[in-house]
Amino acid sequence: MAEVVFVIASLVVIAGAAGTVLVRNAFYAVLALVCHLLGLAALFLLLRAEFVAAAQVIVYAGAVMVLYVFVVAYVGQDDHPLRRRSGRGLRGLSVLFALVLLGEFAIAILGSGLSVLDQKGAGFFPLFGTPEEIGRLFLTKFLLAFELASMLLLLAAVGAVVLARRRSGLDDPREISVADLMRPDDSGTIGDAERGTLHEAAAGPAGR
Amino acid sequence: MMGLETFGWLILLCPLAGAVIVGLGFRVWPGKLAGVIGTAAIALSFAASIGALVALLDQPAEERQVVAVAWDYAKTAGVDAQLSILLDPLSIFMCLVVTGVSTLIHLYSISYMASDRGYSRFFAYLNFFVFSMLLLVLAGNFLLLIVGWAFVGAASYLLISFWFRRDTATRAGIKAFVINVVGDVGLVIGTYFIFKGTGTLDFLKTFEGVEEAFARNDGDLVAGCIGLLVGAFAKSAQVPLHTWLPDAMEGPTPVSALIHAATMVTAGVYLIARMHPLFEQAPAAADVGAIVGCATLLIAGTIAVVVTDLKRVIAYSTMSQIGYMIMAVSSAAYAAGLFHLMTHAFFKALLFMAAGSVIAAMAGNQNLDQMGGFRRAMPFTFACMVIGGLALSGFPGLSGFFSKDEILALVAERGGWHVILAVLGFVGSLLTAVYTFRMIFRAFEGRLVEPARELMRGQLYHAPEHTNPATGEVEDTEVGFPGADHHIAEREGTMKVAMGALAVLSVVGGLLQIPHVTDVLHSFLAPTFESSRYYEELEPSTGATLIGLLTGAALSIGGIAIAYVLWVRDPKRPAALRERLSGAHRVFSNKWYFDEIIERLVVRPFAWFGRFARNTFERLVISGLFMGGATTTVRAGSSAVRAAQTGFLRYYAALVLLGLTGLGAYFLVAGS
Amino acid sequence: MSMTWYLAVSAVVFCIGMAGVLTRRNPLAILLCLELMLNASNLSLVAFARTHGNQDGQIFALIVMVVAACEVAIGLGLIVALYRRRLPIDVDELRELQG
Repeated sequence: MAEVVFVIASLVVIAGAAGTVLVRNAFYAVLALVCHLLGLAALFLLLRAEFVAAAQVIVYAGAVMVLYVFVVAYVGQDDHPLRRRSGRGLRGLSVLFALVLLGEFAIAILGSGLSVLDQKGAGFFPLFGTPEEIGRLFLTKFLLAFELASMLLLLAAVGAVVLARRRSGLDDPREISVADLMRPDDSGTIGDAERGTLHEAAAGPAGR
Repeated sequence: MMGLETFGWLILLCPLAGAVIVGLGFRVWPGKLAGVIGTAAIALSFAASIGALVALLDQPAEERQVVAVAWDYAKTAGVDAQLSILLDPLSIFMCLVVTGVSTLIHLYSISYMASDRGYSRFFAYLNFFVFSMLLLVLAGNFLLLIVGWAFVGAASYLLISFWFRRDTATRAGIKAFVINVVGDVGLVIGTYFIFKGTGTLDFLKTFEGVEEAFARNDGDLVAGCIGLLVGAFAKSAQVPLHTWLPDAMEGPTPVSALIHAATMVTAGVYLIARMHPLFEQAPAAADVGAIVGCATLLIAGTIAVVVTDLKRVIAYSTMSQIGYMIMAVSSAAYAAGLFHLMTHAFFKALLFMAAGSVIAAMAGNQNLDQMGGFRRAMPFTFACMVIGGLALSGFPGLSGFFSKDEILALVAERGGWHVILAVLGFVGSLLTAVYTFRMIFRAFEGRLVEPARELMRGQLYHAPEHTNPATGEVEDTEVGFPGADHHIAEREGTMKVAMGALAVLSVVGGLLQIPHVTDVLHSFLAPTFESSRYYEELEPSTGATLIGLLTGAALSIGGIAIAYVLWVRDPKRPAALRERLSGAHRVFSNKWYFDEIIERLVVRPFAWFGRFARNTFERLVISGLFMGGATTTVRAGSSAVRAAQTGFLRYYAALVLLGLTGLGAYFLVAGS
Repeated sequence: MSMTWYLAVSAVVFCIGMAGVLTRRNPLAILLCLELMLNASNLSLVAFARTHGNQDGQIFALIVMVVAACEVAIGLGLIVALYRRRLPIDVDELRELQG
């Protein structure tokens, strides 16, 4: 029974990964990744890591991916790239790299170095992987890591806000760039729509 | 009561202090104060020399070579370098001569240079020169000797180019300095060879160890002594390193008197006398010295007979007399050579001072052709000139007579081929008398020139505009050119005192060493020359001495008579003689073509080498290959590395992942 | 069920993610593929935790998730800032930092 679930979950995982990489539309790529994450959660459950699986679904698929969705919706993608794709050579080379790495991993896994792999696994006690145990470990053995992780989260939150905020006075709304001319009419910020860019202003206040 | 060592240091420190005080305050000293300070410094040094003399004589004869050490410079790797001075009869003798004559010349300069804008600078330089000369003379080891030698060369340069805005003066200064540097190099190389054998730089230790360290005429020792001789020849203006001395007459007359007559040019003589143990152990080198000295005295004598510049006649005369001294000390007639050094200092300085007075009367013009008839206009100057000239010519009874004839007698006594040198020396005496009195008769007898006529009327002649007497270029009288006023002996008290003192010394100086009668100098210097083979033994017989004296007297009077006939009685004769001997005259007037030969042989190759170095070597090899090569390599390397910074994110990601793959591969291979 | 399988899945996903990072031009897509690589390493961590009967691997995986979340936040913030400046959202165009 476990093998069947394993096979189905692995297929979902790999398919989701392939989808993320191959799909052109960024939104669909995000959705593929969500699929992949859910499959991965299933695999975690198989490995008796209940808390990790739950965190994966709630945090990763639930929060991080939602963040991605928001940004993809905001930014979109360049439907009209200024330049051709950088050529088949680079893509071919990248695939080659990936295959080489895969080969290495295969050698590593299937080779004689890791003798522990063929065993069934050590015995585990009933509370293995439960939130209770995870919480205990966090607050005793890995307390420093726990605190540092929370500090890191705070920093990241502050940093994200600082990076993405609108800075008044830094870019002159009267500046015009070539991108302005090339941008489609239905894109831009809410502020631009209210004030109007110089492009519109050039057309005259009553020229519309 | 101060000890010998204290006096020794005082001798050195007074001129140094004088130079520093006058030099640092050169804008501040009013009127003639700088001159007074400078003279006082040297006078103090002279007093200290006398004190040192007395203290030295207090010591018993065996202990009359005292080394005073101030501090050690270095005592490493077998080189013992100390600040040490050697106080012994020879050095005290030289100190007395140097400080004595220097005091008188400083006194003379107080008035002579009075109208020059660079008055304080002059006295600072002059004091510095005296300090350097004393350092050279008092040095107790080779290191200080070389230092003093180099300083003296530098001081000479500063003083020759004193009127630095004159092209001719600066060129002459550079010429003198370059030739002196050649001598310095020879001196240092010579020191190296000697040090190689004896392992010590200290004089007394070297002299003690020379017999064990070197065999007789050992190659190293001869090389060392030849190196020392090169230094001596450059400093003492012997052939072939003599071409700087006539040009050095561009400097003010007191400079010529002090440096190029009495003191600096005698440094070579002092050197050979001091190094006598080395030269006696390497007779080959000593013989070279004797031959060069003899050659110089003849060559210089012949040139002096035809030269038309007043100071240059005296300069060539100096060269000739130093030739006598070098010949003497190379032939082991040490006391005689040093005796002549002393008397020569007296009468040559006197001659220069008198010449300075005449030149002042001529408003700076030094050309003998344009002088005449100053006898009644300048009686005091004439008297001094005549006394100096008589002493120089070896007139019987005056100091030059005894000193020069002593040299010739002792050289003849050496026997062998030295007799030829002695005979040539007598020929030189005749020439000396001729050219000396040629100069005197031409300047003081004959028709009156305009400056003389002005003086008879009681006015000092001033040229309509200030010009360089040699080239005729117009000058002003600001800093760097001679001053507007000229000072003659008849009108300046200090000049009279100085010249008078020297005149007296020229007359009575000979009394110190009348052969077989007085022996003052010889016995005084004996402790220094204890180790010499020849010092006590070389003594001509009474008969030989008498013949020598008579010959000398005859030649001197004969020379004066010839000069009288040619330039007083029969003024047209010289022109006729010049026609007859035109070939010889041309060679002599062109100074035996030494300048041209040196230009061809030395100057042009060096100039060519300099141009080659600049155009080819410097440009191609250094800038091109080394510098350019290094920078190009660095730039190429950095642009190669820069190629990795493309700015493409994916490229960087690829590099990171490539590295990861490589690392994984390494662990795989290492683990298995 | 031996661990080999889980590690194999992890390796495959990692390599797919790597190919994606090197291939895509949209920075958003690159970040997504980076997530793939992180998840793959999470999977192998949890697998090893199960093998050794030790929960340290799970703790490690949780911390990795935290770090991934932070990194995503910053990365997306950068992309938003880029968009605000009207710069092209294309890693091949954004190459001013070059030697």
